[in-house]
Amino acid sequence: MSAIRSYNVSLLQQLESEAIYVLRETAAQFRNPALLFSGGKDSIVMAWLARKAFHPARIPFTLLHVDTGHNFPETLTYRDEFVEKIGARLLVAKVQDSIDQGRAVEEKGYRASRNKLQTVSLLDAIADHKFDACLGGGRRDEEKARAKERFFSHRNDFGQWDPKNQRPELWNLFNGRMHEGEHFRVFPLSNWTEMDVWLYLRQEQIPLPSLYFSHQRRVFLRDGSWLDAETGFAQPQPEETILEKTMRFRTIGDVTCTGAVESPAATLDDIIAEVAAARQTERGTRADDQRSESAMEDRKKEGYF
Amino acid sequence: MDLLRFTTAGSVDDGKSTLIGRLLYDSKSIFEDQLAAVERFSKKRGDEHVDLALLTDGLRAEREQGITIDVAYRYFATPRRKFIIADTPGHIQYTRNMVTGASTANLAIILIDARKGVIEQTCRHAFLANLLRIQHVVIAVNKMDLVDYSEDRFEEIKESFTSFASRLDNLVEMTFIPISALKGDNVVDKSAAMPWYQGPTLLYHLETVYVGTTENHVEARFPVQWVIRPQSDEWHDFRGFSGRVAGGVFKPGDEVTVLPSGFRSKIKEIHTADGPLDEAYSPLSVTLLLEDEIDTSRGDMIVKINNLPEVGQDIEAMICWFGEKPLSPRGRFILRHTTREVQAVIRDVKYKVNINNLHKIEDDLEFHMNDIGRISLRTSAPVIFDSYSKNRITGSFILIDAGTNETVAAGMIRG
Repeated sequence: MSAIRSYNVSLLQQLESEAIYVLRETAAQFRNPALLFSGGKDSIVMAWLARKAFHPARIPFTLLHVDTGHNFPETLTYRDEFVEKIGARLLVAKVQDSIDQGRAVEEKGYRASRNKLQTVSLLDAIADHKFDACLGGGRRDEEKARAKERFFSHRNDFGQWDPKNQRPELWNLFNGRMHEGEHFRVFPLSNWTEMDVWLYLRQEQIPLPSLYFSHQRRVFLRDGSWLDAETGFAQPQPEETILEKTMRFRTIGDVTCTGAVESPAATLDDIIAEVAAARQTERGTRADDQRSESAMEDRKKEGYF
Repeated sequence: MDLLRFTTAGSVDDGKSTLIGRLLYDSKSIFEDQLAAVERFSKKRGDEHVDLALLTDGLRAEREQGITIDVAYRYFATPRRKFIIADTPGHIQYTRNMVTGASTANLAIILIDARKGVIEQTCRHAFLANLLRIQHVVIAVNKMDLVDYSEDRFEEIKESFTSFASRLDNLVEMTFIPISALKGDNVVDKSAAMPWYQGPTLLYHLETVYVGTTENHVEARFPVQWVIRPQSDEWHDFRGFSGRVAGGVFKPGDEVTVLPSGFRSKIKEIHTADGPLDEAYSPLSVTLLLEDEIDTSRGDMIVKINNLPEVGQDIEAMICWFGEKPLSPRGRFILRHTTREVQAVIRDVKYKVNINNLHKIEDDLEFHMNDIGRISLRTSAPVIFDSYSKNRITGSFILIDAGTNETVAAGMIRG
């Protein structure tokens, strides 16, 4: 070493390099991994990183979209264009099919959500296609049950997570060994925060669904969340007034349980400034998490992503 | 470095959760809906005040029983740095959790209750931080408000800790800070109650401590993770070895050896999806192209010829046992080291360590959960390694029980 110099690595470089390491480790340790792709920002970043990890070869994962049928049309358009662009294979597991086959029962009433039913469709897809690992865009900063997740998270042959008995994960040594019928969930973005994701989207200039940016939308207020009144999937009750507002989405999921926020943020710079000043978590807009204190943990134990 | 990973070590009731709650709260990293949820739960459980520990206890069983079960990772950022906290619980499976949290940390905070001083657990925490080769240790003497912010008491604790630490074989940088996590003294803001303390506050220290030396930039190590061979006309001749640099610096033109085969070549290109790089160093993930066609696959290691790691089947190591069942002599395991997986058999147990007083135990050599000690093992195929004190990545391994697939031990290779 002749000259003293520093090998500084920026935060985003470190996170990118770690995620790429996890993605390559997934390809190496499993026979048939799937990458869960919803068209939301986290799964977009994950798919983007997968493209980088194996460049110039193709992504060695099937992209799997668990589709509740309650989609924003923009998400589906974006999904198809994105998949085409990165040259990946897409598989869609439809909750509607699970309902039609009697595998899942639709919730009743105007608050009905297909959020929980996604677990059935996901586990069926895993069994039908013999996926032994599913890559998810979950981050530990999102939710307190997710803060306890491993990079390589074991699921038993019922697809269940046992948070009290997880394998210790040391250094960068991931143990993906399993018995027949079991599988793994893998989270390459574990150490990313919401802010990191936005900064990375800006750095890489990754195109995003228009829903993330400020636009005019007819919405109604329920339990503190502004729900969409345009797609027709969420049903406003007579006492719930429909208003037109300047809105954007901080997360994108099933229409019936994803709330919009009032925001003038029209560019990535605006969004980054807004996230920096935010006093609510992004999942604060998710009705699926508000159902109880341990809603996420309970769903995850059953096999949710 | 924009990122600091640290772990917190403390025993029950020493205010660890309060300290983390304070760091998150004072750095404005707690969101209103998170605080509202904690208030709701605190009220429902009948607490007198809002329990900030609930912010870190993510599982239902933890909240109901008021204990922390598993390592949780917390994130916060200040304008200077981003922080990842590995929050390790104080009692159940303590050693296993602390070793896990410490394996990726650059810094450890060891909490001492100012009233109790240096106790058995403190020694255990210092031993583990040292064993895992954490570069920086902060000894946060907490609850200073309960000893009248006494400088004498602080100095007394400092002295007794320093005297204990002198018995550890690899002294690291130690920083002592008197704090009150509950009252906020010297956590984020300087304490008005302790004018005698001239040092930094805890947060300021975390923001400014130099962590660049954690990466080894001398011995060039590149464990091959995956071979990229595009099945396309455009990239017909492309054959790249992907991985994450585990040490040293690689540049195009460097002479390298692929281990264990020993074939030599030169680096032709350092490929990334964003274009070629002039150099690659830890912890970057890249793809190396070599001048010659050499049979290379996952588990091999590309190294520079001037500085070779060891290649062998006999390994001496300190291990921490995690298994539910005790380690059986002559037990067979799968050993995972970098990207390589081999079978391993335990040859000999040399001694165990009583981690509360550092005494060697030589009469009871059965490893139970949380036991630490020195063993030797033999592998079914060569392993390419350095000592853990030289390189945390090429010097560490885990043992997996071939029957249950559970991770049953963490190992640190001795030089």
